[in-house]
Amino acid sequence: MVTSAPLWSVLVVPVILAGFAAIAVLADALLAVRAAGRPARLAAAGPVAETARLLVGQRRVTLASDALLWRLGVLTVPAAGMLAALVIPFGTVTASRMSVGVVWFNAMEVLTWAALWMAGWGANAALSLVGGYRYVAQGLAYELPLMLALISAATGAQSLNVADIVAAQSHLWFAVWMPAAFLVYLAGVYGFSFLGPFAYPAGTDLASGVLAEVSGVDRLVIEAGRWLLLAAGAGMAVPLFLGGGTGPLLPPWAWSAIKTLAVLAVLTWARRRLPVLRADRYAELAWVVLIPLSVVQALVPALVDLTR
Amino acid sequence: MTTAVFWVLALLAAASGFMVFRFNSMARVTISLMVSFLASGGLLVLLGLGYLGVVVILMMVMEMVIMAVFMIAYMMNPAGLMPMAMFHNKRGSLAIAVVTFALLAAGIFLTPWPHRSGAPPRDATRQLGTALMGSQMLTMITLGFTLLATMVGAVVLATQRGRYDRFGDDLKRRPPSDPVRGGVGR
Repeated sequence: MVTSAPLWSVLVVPVILAGFAAIAVLADALLAVRAAGRPARLAAAGPVAETARLLVGQRRVTLASDALLWRLGVLTVPAAGMLAALVIPFGTVTASRMSVGVVWFNAMEVLTWAALWMAGWGANAALSLVGGYRYVAQGLAYELPLMLALISAATGAQSLNVADIVAAQSHLWFAVWMPAAFLVYLAGVYGFSFLGPFAYPAGTDLASGVLAEVSGVDRLVIEAGRWLLLAAGAGMAVPLFLGGGTGPLLPPWAWSAIKTLAVLAVLTWARRRLPVLRADRYAELAWVVLIPLSVVQALVPALVDLTR
Repeated sequence: MTTAVFWVLALLAAASGFMVFRFNSMARVTISLMVSFLASGGLLVLLGLGYLGVVVILMMVMEMVIMAVFMIAYMMNPAGLMPMAMFHNKRGSLAIAVVTFALLAAGIFLTPWPHRSGAPPRDATRQLGTALMGSQMLTMITLGFTLLATMVGAVVLATQRGRYDRFGDDLKRRPPSDPVRGGVGR
């Protein structure tokens, strides 16, 4: 049973989320160091040095930039991750036990559309602008299958409340009997955090695209925002598909943490193994294959509900 | 607390809606309109209509971003980067907007609102779903078909290439000749 925590817990959520994001960043650095064949003890040095460099670094100035939209866009990326995480139950407590938690999570992750478009536009630079537009094109591809995956989980529990979705998985995880929705959801997590195969808006072929002109503290904020979004997505996968905090022996909060870390580990590891997808190619895959697949997947819990 | 949140959101919605007429960049105008819609969505949540409010936020972010993309694409100056207003007849449209706002606001105060009879539903989302899938089912079916027909029609009108371009005059060419190869191996 998931209960609602007092209002001040809203301030704790970003801290826990940042902790998970930091672990993912360090794990990613470790993988990078190992791939480069250097000793693993150097792993932490990379992110720490990069953070220090960005903290003291000068902001790059571009001609006639729209500073208001640019900063707003950059700040919205981590804000979207933190707001989306408000409805994720951690063990048996949740910051907000709102009745439409799934829709809230969806709405907050969609804020990245506006955020990345503003960040791309604000710099008044070609590569940055192309990066912002790439994100919108990619969004049109990943968002609808992701929504249908969320609908599948909500239909399975007959509720938009995340706590009810956890309760509905007391016997069998949704990931087990809705594997397509689970995989589509994980792809969507990469999508809204524009990491791994969905790093196209910030692609190296575009000199970092939407991030090309973002420097100094802004760069730190937007890069942190990506990993916060990834951590929020991994955290939400647990109540939606992996049974939340339920599990034997250990307390619920420990199961929540273990499952979140497991999803984060898979996402962090796989992101180095998968090629970056061009948005137009993924759009065709999404609209021709993934949306029909997700609709059929959403039909399964609907039929199961009818027979109950 | 609720009253304070209401006033913050209400003023934000009205002010950012008004700023649509003040900004001279289409990007800022779009975002300003979006903020106005987001605040309106927050007001709906405040009324206890959680689902409707959050869906307004969800849809308006996507819609405003797509609107910005199309609006800028159709502009005559390169990439829409030059400062320009997104409407014609600034004074007239401003007057119409302000008068409409004043009329609607006056209507709120002048209407003799009925007193609530009965209690609010325990789950407003369920009540909405029952209405849409029950008494309003015909409306939703009609709306769904109209929207789908509009979308198909718009795509047919907009697309330059038809099936004869793709599959040849006898429609027998396989694979079809497309300028860009898609993501599913065609």
